[in-house]
Amino acid sequence: MRELWRKPFWPLVVLLLLNLVLAPGFFAVRLQDGRLYGSLVDILHNGAPVALMALGMTLVIATRGIDLSVGAIVAICGAVTCAWIAASPDPTSPGAAIGGIGVALGLAVALGAWNGFLVSVLGIQPIIATLVLMTAGRGLAQLVTDGQIITVNNPLFSAIAGGELLAVPLTVIVAAAVYALVALATRRTALGTLVEAVGINPAASRLAGVRARTLIWTVYVFSALCAGVAGLMISSNVNAADANNAGLWLELDAILAVVIGGTSLAGGRFSITGTLFGALTIQTLTTTILSLGIPPEVSLVFKAVVVIVVCLLQSPKARALLGRRRRRRGAAGGAPPADPPPGPPTPDPDRADGAATPIPAQRSTP
Amino acid sequence: MTAVPQPGPDAAPLLEMTGISVAFGPVRALDGVDFRLHAGEVHALMGENGAGKSTLIKALTGVYPVDAGRVVLDGAEVAFAGPAQAQAAGISTVYQEVNLCPNLSVAENLLLGREPRRWGRIDGRGVRRRAREVLARLHLDVDPASPLDSHSIAVQQLVSIGRAVQVDCKVLILDEPTSSLDADEVAELFRVISRLRADGVAILFVTHFLDQVYAISDRTTVLRNGRLVGEYRTAELPRLQLVSAMVGRELETLEQLERVPAEPASQAVAPVLAASGVSRRGAIEPVDLVVRPGEVVGLAGLLGSGRTELARLLFGADRADTGEITVDGTVLPMRTPRDAISAGVAFTSENRGAEGVVGDLTVRDNIVLAMQAARGLRRIPRRAQDEAAARWIEVLDIRPPDPDALLRNLSGGNQQKVLLARWLATGPRLLILDEPTRGIDVGAKAQIQALVADLAREGMGVVYISAELEEVVRLADRVLVLRDRRPVAELAGEDVEVDRVMELIATGHGEPDAERRGGADWEYGRSDA
Amino acid sequence: MTTAPPPVVGPSPVAAGGRAGRVPARFVPVLVTFGLFVALFAVGGLRYEAFASGQVLLNLLIDNAFLVVLAVGMTFVILTGGIDLSVGSVVALSTMVTAAMLRAGWSAPVVIVAVLAGGALFGLAMGAVIHYLEIQPFIVTLAGLFLARGLCYLIDLSSIPITDPLFRDLSQTAIPLGEDMFLTPSVLVALAAVAVGAYVLHLTRFGRTVYAVGGNQQSALLMGLGVGRARVGVYVISGFCSALGGLLFSVYLLSGYSLNAVGMELDAIAAVVIGGTLLTGGSGYVLGSLLGVLVLGTVQTIISFEGTLSTWWVKIVIGLLLLAFVVLQRILAVGPRRRRAPAPAPSAPAGRTDPPQGDG
Repeated sequence: MRELWRKPFWPLVVLLLLNLVLAPGFFAVRLQDGRLYGSLVDILHNGAPVALMALGMTLVIATRGIDLSVGAIVAICGAVTCAWIAASPDPTSPGAAIGGIGVALGLAVALGAWNGFLVSVLGIQPIIATLVLMTAGRGLAQLVTDGQIITVNNPLFSAIAGGELLAVPLTVIVAAAVYALVALATRRTALGTLVEAVGINPAASRLAGVRARTLIWTVYVFSALCAGVAGLMISSNVNAADANNAGLWLELDAILAVVIGGTSLAGGRFSITGTLFGALTIQTLTTTILSLGIPPEVSLVFKAVVVIVVCLLQSPKARALLGRRRRRRGAAGGAPPADPPPGPPTPDPDRADGAATPIPAQRSTP
Repeated sequence: MTAVPQPGPDAAPLLEMTGISVAFGPVRALDGVDFRLHAGEVHALMGENGAGKSTLIKALTGVYPVDAGRVVLDGAEVAFAGPAQAQAAGISTVYQEVNLCPNLSVAENLLLGREPRRWGRIDGRGVRRRAREVLARLHLDVDPASPLDSHSIAVQQLVSIGRAVQVDCKVLILDEPTSSLDADEVAELFRVISRLRADGVAILFVTHFLDQVYAISDRTTVLRNGRLVGEYRTAELPRLQLVSAMVGRELETLEQLERVPAEPASQAVAPVLAASGVSRRGAIEPVDLVVRPGEVVGLAGLLGSGRTELARLLFGADRADTGEITVDGTVLPMRTPRDAISAGVAFTSENRGAEGVVGDLTVRDNIVLAMQAARGLRRIPRRAQDEAAARWIEVLDIRPPDPDALLRNLSGGNQQKVLLARWLATGPRLLILDEPTRGIDVGAKAQIQALVADLAREGMGVVYISAELEEVVRLADRVLVLRDRRPVAELAGEDVEVDRVMELIATGHGEPDAERRGGADWEYGRSDA
Repeated sequence: MTTAPPPVVGPSPVAAGGRAGRVPARFVPVLVTFGLFVALFAVGGLRYEAFASGQVLLNLLIDNAFLVVLAVGMTFVILTGGIDLSVGSVVALSTMVTAAMLRAGWSAPVVIVAVLAGGALFGLAMGAVIHYLEIQPFIVTLAGLFLARGLCYLIDLSSIPITDPLFRDLSQTAIPLGEDMFLTPSVLVALAAVAVGAYVLHLTRFGRTVYAVGGNQQSALLMGLGVGRARVGVYVISGFCSALGGLLFSVYLLSGYSLNAVGMELDAIAAVVIGGTLLTGGSGYVLGSLLGVLVLGTVQTIISFEGTLSTWWVKIVIGLLLLAFVVLQRILAVGPRRRRAPAPAPSAPAGRTDPPQGDG
């Protein structure tokens, strides 16, 4: 049972149960004008951008990286699309929207490639390599919009966030499709194992013939692309580009989603499903707070509490302290270094074969 | 025999551990072990991996609590709560990996945490003065103000010894300090150890190298499977007996390892590897090397002689500046390891932890990793993965035989076998092994050597590197001797013998050179095992 | 066979290395930052008439005093290889608490002490979670960021003016310095923070332990150093500095506001990195961080002098400077390669991938 608390879905379950008790209308879903409405739909719709960014972030973190620039990329992509649409001869035409989206996503790929270049070719620490774009990127977005909020009125562009397919919001469908695609790619191909190998031991992976550099480069491009799509969703949702605030601090939400989902920031093993649960948890929290009538600004305090609780429950050290399985080793003042991971030392497997290492030779007695 | 007076068996030992038992859950890591250490002696602690050497040291220094038994230091019973307490009582430990801070200066590393202070602040002049004193005591000529990472591992190792002995140190524990040092550096280390012994320090020395045991130690204690096998005066302990005490196995089985000299490979057979003029600036001068199918070619030389550097160039782990490498007659682009792998070359690095083991993946994932990497993203079907894992676990006797075990939970020897399996699974034509037996126990060592011999018999070409000349000479059909980053000679057939190789390493030519031989004699003294 | 090995003949292989009379590599980043600062200032002086005055230089300090204090705290944290994302929020929280407490009628000295103690406690809590529960600093201080900012909103959603006479006096005091030039008390506080920071880092055992932890935490532990104290201590220092920065900020703006100092943690990190401190820890100086703040300030001043350039250029230029310094550090790091290291591509942090070494 205790293992259950380590699974990434329980915070979400707890939140939903809370709503079941506190907000009776929470689970109501209704169909209106060919589109589903309700708190649950809102969670999926509003959570889609962060869920996408978190998906890209998961792969980046699995390779021992981190991508701080996704929030800035959200702003840049929104800005570029809206600026393109606004500047085109017919701002309401589908062509303008397609052009803008194409340019924005192309730019996202280029920015991801830039991050990947700094990390995989120049060998710069990911946190700082992407800090460059995090800092400069928002400035670039403001440069594009000239510091103004650009509003557009383009039906095709609005449809990204406002449209629906079979009554389900397009944002949800897009996000779900990308998740399904990535889940499939990591399960059915060797992508998952190779990404993990690179994250666990880059040098060994390279010598084993893994294209570590290409893989790392790819995950940064993918992360930026996810952020780009998220940026389109966010700016389409309000039909405007706000270079100052679009995507602000969303990189932190994305990282949070990954961590809540159970993927370690130290890289290596990752979980796509966990990240999905993490992203939904964050959005459910926000929606719950809104539906409970608590001022939205205070949601930050709850977010902090959730982060702390989830991380504490996932931390082996904290669980060891809380649980009763305190082994006598910890009692010693100079506790042994935490690396390799705590726990009683595994008996050396060599010990088992110590007496009977099979050397193909006959034994003779003295 | 020795330069220092030998404490008689009747003299009271400085440190006496009696009936020490340590258990981890149901596993008894130490079972009633006795251990004595006298002032002014070098005492070797020997045993295979898992024998309990590290556990004994950690029980002594308080890292692990002792379940039973007592520790008496200087006549008083002690029980330490941690290394810091042990150190305060005069027991200092130097570990295999240099445990210092590379970003700080030599002086700071010597004195961190015990800097002389004046009016509450660190007295910089006092720090430098004390550091100079310590360095002078070790006869170590380094600038105390220089950053630690500007020095070789050997100097760093000596600095950590300096750190250990500068406080009132009665017992100095050296846990495999020599595993990454070359012969000259070992000599330097031994010089320091001898000096400390003369000062009356009791030194506990753990090593895998038999020659070093005989070179430096006065007394030897052997552990096996957590129990004491015996304590011996080293000079009176024949090598074979020491080995048999360690492995608990009859000696004949070890002697079976002697490789039956293979048929000299015919010159007519097309070489699997032909390298000509391969070089890299600052690493190795141009080298020519030919390996034929079924041949084991040894690379011999000291650390830094270019043996590892050459192996890395052959595999493309580092890029060569000049030269051409052909595998099976096809010229390799040799830009990355992938080029080499696709041509059928396999390579295990000397640095198993950093460049081989993918610890958080399973044994199965590790075994198929190179195969998988060669295929790209197209996944190897699970069935095929399972078959490969099961096959290699059986062939190489990997313990535990569990494909789902995480590799980091295996012992060094078994990790090395998994890495070999990773490459053998790709069906290579040429296998480059850089120190495949370093730091692993005798049993696994023997298995790996036997495997190499078998592979060669089946027609694989092998390039074999080991710091232990005995091992190279035993396995290799030909030996390329490297010295100061350039090849000095290639020996074949009858010429492949330890003395010849040693002369070449020492002098660069075949003529004996009294001075250098003196230094190398003990280092590679012939082992009869 | 003799027990004592014969001495090695010839030059000892373990002789000293690199004793050349050039500038040690670890000072290079700071010198580069200093050079950059001088160059930027010279460019400003050449382009704009009123630029090259002592007062413009002093204004850099006056306008960035709080950032200097934050950068000092951040330097400590980054030297241990950690990071503190909460500083901006703690600054805002400090301004809010200060303003709210003063409004409630507490006396200024009590408020100051309470805010400083609160900041230190906040840091202590984060440091304890990071060290004792082994959770990454990034995540813990991210939670700190959310928590502190959320607490701001709990206190008040709107701006609270500060009318306390002491704070007013402090904000209006100008300390004359020669003719036509002046400083503010905030600058003195900031410079004192730099001085104390440098003293602690270089002349106390705590400070040396901070460097040791950043260099190699395992080693520091095995050397018997107070690793826990250092790792927790740096967050206490950073929390204290954030609170102090918050007080200076309150004096500067004479109000408390929840939206103050949004993103200031990035400025502080940028200043520290531009000041030559390695984000991996173990190398850097508070003096460098001061220079880093001055460089950021100069960029801002130049852009404001330019008039036609919009403010977002500041962000872009800071990003470019970050990039330049990161690449520079990368080049310096690749330079003095260890003899043994065959230098594989970006390699693993020591220990992580290492298997349990031969258990004996």
